[in-house]
Amino acid sequence: MNDMTTIAKTRVETTFKDWETDQEVRWCPGCGDYAILKAVQRTLADVGADPKNTAFISGIGCSSRFPYYIESYGFHTIHGRAPAVATGVKLANPDLDVWIITGDGDALSIGGNHTMHVLRRNLDCQILLFNNEIYGLTKGQYSPTSREGTKSPSTPFGSVDHPAKPAAFALGSGARFVARGFDVSKNLPDVLKAAYAHKGAAFVEIFQNCIVYNKDVFADFTEKKNADLGQLWLEDGKPMLFDKGAKGLKVNLDHLHLEVVDVIDGDWQSANVLVHDVKNRAVAHMLVEMVFGPFPMALGVLYDDPAPSFEQAVIEQNVKLAAGKVADLQKLVSKGETWTVSGGAQTDAAEAGSAGSGPEL
Amino acid sequence: MATAATNDRFPNAPAEDAPEAVVVRFAGDSGDGMQLTGGQFTLSTALAGNDLATFPDFPAEIRAPQGTLFGVSAFQINFGSSDITTAGDAPDILIAMNPAALKTNVVDLKAGGLVIADSGEFSKRNLEKAKYEANPLEDGSLARWQVLAFDISALTLESVKPFGLGNKEALRCKNMWTLGLALWLFDRSRQPIVDWLNSKFAKLPEIAAANIAALNAGHAYGETAELAVPLKQLHVAPANVPEGLYRTVTGAEAISLGLVAGAQLAGLPMFFGGYPITPASAILHHLTRLKEYGVTTFQAEDEIAAIAAAIGASYAGQLGVTSSSGPGIALKGEAMGLAIMTELPLIIVNSQRGGPSTGLPTKTEQSDLYQAVYGRNGDAPLAVVAARSPADAFDCAIEACRIATQYMVPVILLTDGYIANAAEPWRVPDMSTYEPFPVQFTTEAQEGGLKPYARDEKLKRPWIKPGTPGLMHRIGGIEKEVNTGHINYAAANHQAMTEIRRDKVAGIAKGIRQGVELGTETGKLAVVGWGSTFGPIHQAVRRARAKGHDVSHIHVRHIWPLPENLGELLKGYEKILVPEMNTGQFKTVLRDQYLVDAKPLNKISGQPFRIAEIEAAIEGMLA
Repeated sequence: MNDMTTIAKTRVETTFKDWETDQEVRWCPGCGDYAILKAVQRTLADVGADPKNTAFISGIGCSSRFPYYIESYGFHTIHGRAPAVATGVKLANPDLDVWIITGDGDALSIGGNHTMHVLRRNLDCQILLFNNEIYGLTKGQYSPTSREGTKSPSTPFGSVDHPAKPAAFALGSGARFVARGFDVSKNLPDVLKAAYAHKGAAFVEIFQNCIVYNKDVFADFTEKKNADLGQLWLEDGKPMLFDKGAKGLKVNLDHLHLEVVDVIDGDWQSANVLVHDVKNRAVAHMLVEMVFGPFPMALGVLYDDPAPSFEQAVIEQNVKLAAGKVADLQKLVSKGETWTVSGGAQTDAAEAGSAGSGPEL
Repeated sequence: MATAATNDRFPNAPAEDAPEAVVVRFAGDSGDGMQLTGGQFTLSTALAGNDLATFPDFPAEIRAPQGTLFGVSAFQINFGSSDITTAGDAPDILIAMNPAALKTNVVDLKAGGLVIADSGEFSKRNLEKAKYEANPLEDGSLARWQVLAFDISALTLESVKPFGLGNKEALRCKNMWTLGLALWLFDRSRQPIVDWLNSKFAKLPEIAAANIAALNAGHAYGETAELAVPLKQLHVAPANVPEGLYRTVTGAEAISLGLVAGAQLAGLPMFFGGYPITPASAILHHLTRLKEYGVTTFQAEDEIAAIAAAIGASYAGQLGVTSSSGPGIALKGEAMGLAIMTELPLIIVNSQRGGPSTGLPTKTEQSDLYQAVYGRNGDAPLAVVAARSPADAFDCAIEACRIATQYMVPVILLTDGYIANAAEPWRVPDMSTYEPFPVQFTTEAQEGGLKPYARDEKLKRPWIKPGTPGLMHRIGGIEKEVNTGHINYAAANHQAMTEIRRDKVAGIAKGIRQGVELGTETGKLAVVGWGSTFGPIHQAVRRARAKGHDVSHIHVRHIWPLPENLGELLKGYEKILVPEMNTGQFKTVLRDQYLVDAKPLNKISGQPFRIAEIEAAIEGMLA
C-alpha cells in the first residue's frame, strides 16, 4: 500500500533535455504552446521531478497533444475527461505526480463538470489550462472564454454569449490554488513551480497565443510595450504594485471593491495599497473578477491555501477501515445467514456441525 | 418449479396440503414496506431449507402518492421442495395491503388462489384512488378466488398499543404483522426476523419491540383466529439440492463478490467508479464496504467520470470497474472506445432496465445487447458476458475479470434489474477451486527497445504501469502505430490495427465451448437463451420434454465473442427459438453470425417471461 501521509519525493537530477521525447512536435510554427512546453520541461528539471513517477494526462485539443512531447508517462484521453482519468490514476497510485493539460474548450465547455469536481475534491495534481479563447484544433470556432462579439466560422456575426472566467470558475469551484501566467512570460516556470509545490489541486490559467485563429488576443498585456500597465505580478507579502511601482491596488472599504491608485514616490503604504496574502480568499475572489482594461491583469499566484487532498482522504479511510480485518475471500462469500445441506437434510448455520441429522421440519 | 396438482386452496399444489412449491406475492403501497417484508420472508424460507426464487417489482417513485395504482410495490417469492428457477408464473397467495394492490395484482392470481386483504384500508377514498366503483371485498367480484379480509390495520394498532407510538408509526408495523401471519401460514420460525429487528432497531428499542409485537400478533392471529375460511398451516418440504453450505444472494451481491474474487484471482487491487442509477447502485453500495479486499470505490460526478476514472486506475495498474444501467452505459460509450484503443483492462457492468431513454427504471429488459456488442463509434470490439441468475453472476464477474486482464480488453458484464434485485439460494463456492490468473506487469523493455503495443500469442499488449523505471511512454485515443504505440494515421497501419483489435477479441472464444443445458446436442428444436430468461426457458423445456417433445435448452454466457462451437451446435437442430425480453437482438446476432433461421419470441413488458408463454411457443414451433 502507498504511504498516504507524506509525499516522500526524492529529487531526481535531470535537465530539461531529459524531458524531451523523440516525437516530432506538431503544433503550428509560432504557437504559444512551444513556449509553455519549454517552461514545463524546465520546471520539471528544476523541481527535481522523477520522469518515471510523472504522468501527464490530457483531454482533446491542441494543448492536449502535450503529453506526447514530455518524456514521462502520458495519457492523451478524450475530450474534457482528463480530470476524471487523472482522478483514477492518482487514487490508484498516489505516488505519481499528476499533471492535467487542458484548454478552454476542453476544461470549461465539454469538461466543465469534471473541472469543477476535481477542484472541489482537491485531487493532488497540477491543472494547466491553456486559454487561447478559441477552438484551434477544429479550426477556429469561438470558445467558452471568447469575448463577446468574437467573429469565428460558427459566429460570423459575432458571438453573443458571456465568456467564462477560468480563474473565477476555479476559485468558485473550491480551488485551493489559483495562478495565472502566459506562454512567453519568463515568470511562467516560477508559477509552475509554485503549482508543483502545492499539495492539492493547483489550477494555473496560462494565456496562450493562437497565432492562426486568435492572434495577439492577449497582446494588450503580454506585449512588452504593454507590460507595465497591463501586468500586475502578485507576490505573497508584497504590495500589489504595477506600472513600475507607480500604481497599485487598494480595497475601497465603503463598497468592497478594488481600485487602482497612484503611488507617489514609492510610498505605497500611504496610498493604502494592498499587501498580497496568498491565503486571503476574499481578496482572491476580487482579483479573479477584476476586469482587464480598467485594471491590469493579475498574474502569478493569486491564491494558495492548501487543504487535505482527495486521494489522501480516500486512502486514509480505506486503510483505517481495512485495519485489523483479514481479506479472507472464503469468509466473504460465506457471509450472512447460511444453512447447510447434508445428506438430504439441512441445518441452519448454528447447527452446521451436526451434519446429516438436521431437525425435523 | 412444480405446481402441478390440485386442492381447493392451491389448485396447483398437491392435494395432501404439502405442496411442492408455492408462489406468494406481497403487494402494498410503496410506503408499506413490502420489499422488506418479502426480503425477510425470503430469509426465513431459505433457512427452512426450501429452494426459492424471488421477483421484487416496485415503482420508480420512492414514495408514489399513497393508495394509487402506480404506487403499488410487490414482492413475489416462489419456494418449494423442487428445483426452483423462476419466481413463479401466477401466485397461489396474494397478500394485498390496500385496494390498489389488490386491483393491480389479483388478475395474476391463480383461479382458486387465496387473497389476504387488509379490510381496514378499503375505505371509500382508497377505493376511489384504486378506481374501484364498489368494494371488491363485498361485491362478489372476487368470486374466482378465496378471500380472507380482516382489518390488519386495526389489529396492528391494537398489538402495538403498549408502546405508545403515534398512529402513523404504529401503522408502519403492519408489514410485520402480515409477515407474522405468513410465517405462521408456512410454519416458519420467527426467530431470525426477531433477531434482525433487534439489530436493525438497536438504537430504537421501542420500535424494535413494537415490530416484534406486531410480528407475534400476526402469527398468533393465524394460530387462534376463527376465520370463515380456516387457514391451515402449509408445510413445504425442503428442496432436494446438492450438499453444501448455502446462503441467499441477490445478483448485485453476487456481482460485487465476483468482482472482488476476480480481482484477487488476478492479484490486483480493484477500483470501482460508479454513479447512482437504478438498478445498478446496489453494486456500489456493496463494494464500498469491502475495503479490506483492496477495493477503492469512487462515486463520480457523472457516468462518464465514473468510467474515465476506472480507465485511469487501470492505466495505473489496478483493475478498473464501472457499473451502470442503460442510459448511463450510453454515456460511457466514448470512454469504452478509449479503453479499446488503449487496450486497457476494464469491466463495465450493465444492469439492464427497460429503455430507451429513461424508460422503465425499475423494470427488467434485455434490450441493451446491441448496445453492448455494437454500440460504439468505429470498429470497436470488446467482450460481452451475460449472467443468467443471481448465483451465476458470481462466476460471470470472475470470468469478466479473467478476460479483461488476460487480453487487455474491456468486458461488458450484462445483468438486468431482475437478476440484480432477485434473491436465490446459492451454494457457497469453495474459493480454492478457482484457478488464479495472476497479472504480470511488464517491467523491462522488449528486445529491440520499448514496444508498448507489441503482442503475445493472444495478441495481448504489455501492461506497463506508470512508475516503472525506464519504460516511459505515451498512450491515447489516437490510432496507434503497430508495436511502438506512437501516433500513426497511415492507411496500412490503421488497417492492421483494426484487424489486430478484432482478432484479439475474436480469439477470446478459443477454448470456450457451448454446452446444452437440457436435452440433446442435435434434434428438432433448440431454445437458445441468454441472461435472466434462463429460469422460464429451462422450466418450459423441461415441461415440453416431459410431454415427449424433442426440444433442448442452450443458454449462452459468452455473448461476444460467441463460443467457438456455437455455430456447429446450432446447425444440429431443425429449428431454433430465441426467447428474449427485447425485440429480437440476440436472434439477429445469431442469424448474422451463423446464417441460421433463428425465430424470435419477444416480450417487452418489463416483466420476466412466464413459463407457460415459452411452453406455448415451443409447442407452436413443434406443431
